[in-house]
Amino acid sequence: MASSSMFGHGNTTPFWTGGPAPGQFYSFPGSQQAAAQTPAQRTLYPVVTGSSVLGIQFEGGVVIAADMLGSYGSLARFRDCPRLFKVNDTTVVGAAGDYADFQYLTNVIEQQVIDEECLNDGFGYTPKSLHCWLTRVLYNRRSKFNPLWNTYIVAGIEDQKPFLGYVDKIGMAYEATSLACGFGAYIALYQVAVITKDGVDIKGPIKSETNWEVAHMIKGYE
Amino acid sequence: MFRNQYDNDVTVWSPQGRIHQLEYAMEAVKQGSACVGLKSKTHAILIALKRAPSELSAHQKKILPIDDHVAVSIAGLTADARLLCNFMRNECLNSRWAYNKPLPISRLVSMVGSKSQIPTQRYGRRPFGVGLLVAGYDALGPHIYQTCPSANYYDCKAMAIGARSQSARTYLEKHLDVFLDCSLEDLVKHGLRALRDTLPSEVDLTSKNCSLGIACKDKKFAILDDDDVSPYLALIEGEERSSRPQAEEAGQAMEADDAGTAGTSTDPVPADPQAVDEGMDQ
Repeated sequence: MASSSMFGHGNTTPFWTGGPAPGQFYSFPGSQQAAAQTPAQRTLYPVVTGSSVLGIQFEGGVVIAADMLGSYGSLARFRDCPRLFKVNDTTVVGAAGDYADFQYLTNVIEQQVIDEECLNDGFGYTPKSLHCWLTRVLYNRRSKFNPLWNTYIVAGIEDQKPFLGYVDKIGMAYEATSLACGFGAYIALYQVAVITKDGVDIKGPIKSETNWEVAHMIKGYE
Repeated sequence: MFRNQYDNDVTVWSPQGRIHQLEYAMEAVKQGSACVGLKSKTHAILIALKRAPSELSAHQKKILPIDDHVAVSIAGLTADARLLCNFMRNECLNSRWAYNKPLPISRLVSMVGSKSQIPTQRYGRRPFGVGLLVAGYDALGPHIYQTCPSANYYDCKAMAIGARSQSARTYLEKHLDVFLDCSLEDLVKHGLRALRDTLPSEVDLTSKNCSLGIACKDKKFAILDDDDVSPYLALIEGEERSSRPQAEEAGQAMEADDAGTAGTSTDPVPADPQAVDEGMDQ
């Protein structure tokens, strides 16, 4: 009964100026109305990226190599980005793709290695177990439509045998005697060495067939 | 109704620094039928005595498979054991899923330890009434672990739990030095002799009441029952039994005789201070 008189009868200014309508959020001055209405987006492209990682098995071990370039699009932005990560005395991981995602997963693995060391029970990551774990993590993330934008190459020694495994951002995984990812996958495999009980067979050098005739037509990446 | 003032709940200490409910739970293990576990450099084995609740029923399973490389033998409340087994199977599968590796026995047992500890410290809960002998083979070789309702677990060279198991432990202690270099056959013989020592003189091991589990490298854990144990039983048949009086424990098999009889005849409050030692790290 008293409410109408308390706020002044017939006042034309609304009492709740600029306030949210029932069931809606407050709209701050200058905020972009449209942005709030677009659906949430996951990573749609990598930002700072690494590219080539090469791995090759030989008798009694594995070699893994990666350059240290962190590209920002086509710009060679960072030149000191290590992309090989030593997990333990028998395992190394190399990564191509988004560098931040690689750093994130590196931190996760590092923490798990510490946790396992604290157990002090003589068990730790092996190349095979890490490769399997990476497959699970990457497949799980892509299944949430939020992939870690990397390709990983796991290299190491297990049961006195060399191990080389590949996992990409959709969780596709395999093992091979030689692996490459990134741009290096197209050009880097100069030689393939196959070591069996019958001896060593080195094939190659294998040269990629490249054709740069159309290179002058490419614009916008200079 | 209550035997003393301090045994109502697992969260209440007695003035002597004991938790009676935990000690009662440890007693439950001693009512289950006996199990023996021992290992050599190459094998870990379990040998268990099965009881049948009645003439009409089959013998209760005593060795439960967990994974390809590990199994447990139980003494105490079977229902609690089944829950723990389920948990252990889950953990083993998780390890294979995530790491493509069999779960190390030490980690499996420490998980059981952590799980068992929770109801030893929470109001309104009760500890597990079961003890396990865990036998398995992993990258570090064969293992025998014992777990208790008190959430303690022990890495053992050899161990026996359950009713009248003291006699088996006496046998195991006496022959401890030879186990490590035993062949599988000799190891089983020692295990069977140890288990036989827990039996009253009028009862003997048969293929019906005896169960055998074997863990070794690169093979699935084998659980042998009935006719499959006969060849092993034949190995010790006719041997003279070490005849010692069985005075200290006249245990009932809880798996067989139903939990209702627990603590009706004997005083379950452990008066022996040694019972405390067992539960504490002293």
